[in-house]
Amino acid sequence: MRARTLVLAACVLLLAAAPLVAGALGQMYYVELLRRVMIFGIAAASLNLILGYGGLVSFGHAAYLGVGGYAVGILAFYGVNNGWLQWAVAILASALVALAIGAISVRTRGIYFIMITLAFTQMLYYLGISVEEYGGDDGLRIKVKSQFSGLIDLNDPVAYYYLVFALLLGVLYLVHRLVNSRFGLLLRAAKSNEARSRAIGFSPYPYQLAAFVISGALCGLAGALYANHTSFITPEYMHWTRSGEIMFMVILGGMGTAAGPALGAFALLIVEDLLAGWTQHWQVILGPLLVLCVLFFKRGLAGLLPGGGKDG
Amino acid sequence: MAEAILEVRGLRKAFGALAATDGVDLDLREGETHAIIGPNGAGKTTLIGQLAGNIRPDAGQVRFSGEDVTRLSAPQRARRGFARSFQITSVYRDFTALDNVALAVQAHAGHSFRFWRPAREERALRDPARAVLDEVGLGARADVLAANLAHGEQRQLEVAMALATRPRLLLLDEPVAGMGLEESQRMVQFLAGLKGRRSIILVEHDMDAVFTLADRISVLVYGRIIASGTPEEVRANPEVRRAYLGEDA
Repeated sequence: MRARTLVLAACVLLLAAAPLVAGALGQMYYVELLRRVMIFGIAAASLNLILGYGGLVSFGHAAYLGVGGYAVGILAFYGVNNGWLQWAVAILASALVALAIGAISVRTRGIYFIMITLAFTQMLYYLGISVEEYGGDDGLRIKVKSQFSGLIDLNDPVAYYYLVFALLLGVLYLVHRLVNSRFGLLLRAAKSNEARSRAIGFSPYPYQLAAFVISGALCGLAGALYANHTSFITPEYMHWTRSGEIMFMVILGGMGTAAGPALGAFALLIVEDLLAGWTQHWQVILGPLLVLCVLFFKRGLAGLLPGGGKDG
Repeated sequence: MAEAILEVRGLRKAFGALAATDGVDLDLREGETHAIIGPNGAGKTTLIGQLAGNIRPDAGQVRFSGEDVTRLSAPQRARRGFARSFQITSVYRDFTALDNVALAVQAHAGHSFRFWRPAREERALRDPARAVLDEVGLGARADVLAANLAHGEQRQLEVAMALATRPRLLLLDEPVAGMGLEESQRMVQFLAGLKGRRSIILVEHDMDAVFTLADRISVLVYGRIIASGTPEEVRANPEVRRAYLGEDA
């Protein structure tokens, strides 16, 4: 446990120092790359809450990335650049969409749950394509990034980097607290043995639905961050392959571990970036690599850390 | 005579053409242990399932301390004081023994929309859980993952979880199934210690256990109760001897 804490602390310090190093080396590209990694780390952490701890295999998590992103983009389109408002709307809208999707899907199990979450996300994807007003298929450029009353300038890549960094740590800590609370233990217990849970007297549904909504809201925040990261929104945010990517980060990093999703996002996106710089057929290499990872690291990358794959 | 805490009237459940429960009447008095025995396939587990609320009967009524609970779900019945153990051990395998019992305590401690405080540090959950573990003799194994407990210990853990909910009615589905002789003797001894303090429906194959524990026995064959009475009456019943006890009575 000691060694594990040290390793994770070292990761945090490296991330904290990265912009300084990149700046000194004149490699600002890596600041952008790591910022993207951390945004997806937030998305993956949000999915981990319901997938890793709740056993709800949501195959539509990109929906909330899209809803969060479009909330920022559409408000900016109408000249509303207040970041507080934009991000609040992004989180609330994602929570509402998650409530609607969850109210229906959480009643189902297994393949039905996967299919319903996928279907809803595809609906949102095609909605994004069909609404010409906001660019349809071509997407929508965000001319002015979210404004935070002059507190922080998102156009400054390093300042924005540290904001995302702080939010990632905040979300990881939040999920950690959640899954160890009474709420979290019931959520995990329902995953572990639903019949037993019902027999001791609790109905999993309201708790699973609440987790689904919290998860959607957190992913909506990631969507708002990503919209500001790329200054561009497109229906591609919500494509099912994106949902698959986020799910893969969770599985690769280690389902149901506190740090796993961030590790998974880091590993997947960095390897993707390295391979893409090397050959345009990088997917041919990435695919088998991922299969090998799943086969050999059963508890994900977090399972390779000292202390194994189980932490709270 | 004490009030009946559980009254079952005309309970029926068919799976296709097979009548698994075929007009069962059953009473359980406060503090009584009522054993249900019968050959394999007699419908014992289906009956327990209907009592616990996991299986919805086609017809008939289940009343619990005067209230009709026939339409209530398993969690709703559990909150009214039902607790059950399963024929096939059902615990939270990837939680420690103490976690398992603490979850049962938590399920009866109001809603669990409490998002921040670490539940494993709450003495209101841990202390009662520890007490129950001590009671069933698992105190020393509190921090072992349930999956790593021996089979008999897992069965004990199930009983501990049931007791932790402070049940008014215990539904025990073959609590000594698959146990070694010594383990099963210890379990029977423990259950005997509950006698008079708990109202228990006991489904069991082990005749030693049944005749040690039961105040009354009902014999279920093909979904029907063919005999019901004190252990002596049932043991002496010729129909029962023919249908069931034949070889070992």
